[in-house]
Amino acid sequence: MSRQAVLYVVIAAAGVAAPLLGAGYHAQLALLWIMIVLALSWDVMGGQMGYNSFGNITFFGVGMYTTIVTQVGLFYDVGAYTQAQGAAGFDLTLVQYYLGLGAGLLLAGMIAAMVAAMVGSGLLGLRGHYFAIGTLGLGIAFAELFAGWDWVGAGSGIVTPLYPGEGLVSRSVLFYYLAFVLGIACFFTLKRVYATRFGLAINAIRDDEDKAEAMGLHATRYKTVAWSISAFFTGIAGGIVGNIVGFIDPRDVAFTGATYGVWMIAMAILGGKGTLWGPVIGAVIFHITQELFWTYLLGWQRVALGLLIVVIVVFFPSGILGWLRERYPERFGIKVETVGASNGGG
Amino acid sequence: MALLDVRRVGKAFGGVHANSDISMTVEPGAIVGLIGPNGSGKTTLFNSIVGHHPIDGGEIYFDGRPISKLRTSAIARRGLLRTFQQTRIYARMNCTRNMLVSEPHRGEGVLDMFRKHEAERHEHAEQLLEFAGLYDKRLLYAGDLSFGQQKLLEFAMALMNEPTMLLLDEPTAGINPTLINGLIDRLQRANEERGVTLLVIEHNMRVIMNLAERIYCLSHGRLLAKGPPREIRDNRNVIDAYLGGQ
Repeated sequence: MSRQAVLYVVIAAAGVAAPLLGAGYHAQLALLWIMIVLALSWDVMGGQMGYNSFGNITFFGVGMYTTIVTQVGLFYDVGAYTQAQGAAGFDLTLVQYYLGLGAGLLLAGMIAAMVAAMVGSGLLGLRGHYFAIGTLGLGIAFAELFAGWDWVGAGSGIVTPLYPGEGLVSRSVLFYYLAFVLGIACFFTLKRVYATRFGLAINAIRDDEDKAEAMGLHATRYKTVAWSISAFFTGIAGGIVGNIVGFIDPRDVAFTGATYGVWMIAMAILGGKGTLWGPVIGAVIFHITQELFWTYLLGWQRVALGLLIVVIVVFFPSGILGWLRERYPERFGIKVETVGASNGGG
Repeated sequence: MALLDVRRVGKAFGGVHANSDISMTVEPGAIVGLIGPNGSGKTTLFNSIVGHHPIDGGEIYFDGRPISKLRTSAIARRGLLRTFQQTRIYARMNCTRNMLVSEPHRGEGVLDMFRKHEAERHEHAEQLLEFAGLYDKRLLYAGDLSFGQQKLLEFAMALMNEPTMLLLDEPTAGINPTLINGLIDRLQRANEERGVTLLVIEHNMRVIMNLAERIYCLSHGRLLAKGPPREIRDNRNVIDAYLGGQ
């Protein structure tokens, strides 16, 4: 077995066994996988394609709402549910719950991807800093939109349906494994598509979009699809987080630009944007550090986290993997390779 | 029938007439030169031809079909490609990947995005890298190559795209004399062996006089002269334009 395969097996085994650590850790471990998904899917845009999006939190929120609305809407009237301001009296059977959750998460991904394609048709014409600024208001705009929409609870939010299967699998374990599966699916999907024409094309767009267009590349098509892929996974992640939190508020839980929205960027940069493993490493380090801050620096945790983000951007502009690649290019396959000694040169 | 047919094309930026009333034709398989002093409108004409900006007047036909309303990428997919004066490669990708992504994109569907590059493509890319003398460096980042090597890479990328016609914007500018000879040789081979029609902007008179069969000379955005190299060399107007005579 190759070293890479061993690594995958070890990570998968750790992922499967992680809930044994105890119920107290389930939510944190689930969030770790979510962080990995958020960083990986942000990196499709920001790292691989060079389009720094501050608006990806939009898909997180849209996915979250889509999931809950599907979970409820398949069996009850959503308007009545939000008016009752609680899930009591709107019980779901076990089958209904799993059906609604499955459909909800799938729809979350699809609708988030559609929103990305639609928003993208307007915003992806912008380049560089202009795109970043253009996306800045996106999450805020969606938060305001949902805060004024009574059907989904407007500003007072919406609670997730009660989980009827506590006797079968505990709720926290269920959502841990959903997050775990999403993390693995996201990683391998991206690993796979980066190895196709898609991966090369979005890298080319990052390095010189005008050149890519001059060479006949369908740049707009690639950009739109890239953002949709990014949004797909971010949307499902949102659906899972909404259920873990149990209550959805447009500004503090769904469209949280100041927390998840910034974190996904910081994690990708910390690990090394534009690489497959960078966002994963960045997410793990960031999440653990953040938890340590919460435990040992209570009261100062936000200050510490802010400082951490500044330190990341100033001292690790190319991230951990980027730094390693500059140091040891040969280990990353960047080398002069002569064909036989006689051919020489170099 | 001419492969490229530029008819009375004009382009102004504000009050500056970068191109006015320019007509030129390039026959299939030909090597044609485009010369003129700095600021005479050569690159603007290139930009107009490949759809980099809309033109103000006139028409451009490629392979018998009008292209003046098309976008750059659509024109490229029809087989009309340009290289840039300031070399443009994908700096943070290695040379092989630079080559692969430069494959022709004609008739690509949405699902083709998620197909891997076939083994033949890899082989073809490596052959062309060999042709450009960059095979040893294929795993290096293109951005780490020297300027001259980047020019060669850009040329190889253009060939990878299998164009019918190539517009080359000062292919020899900024590279050392030894490399220039190699590049000229490769340009001629691409023309002879692959049948690529070439339209070349060039300041190096020795190079263009030997390379081109016909030359167009621009000055102040207008067509000053056209004809075989010998005629152009002896043309009074051309000499004046270059040397600043009256």
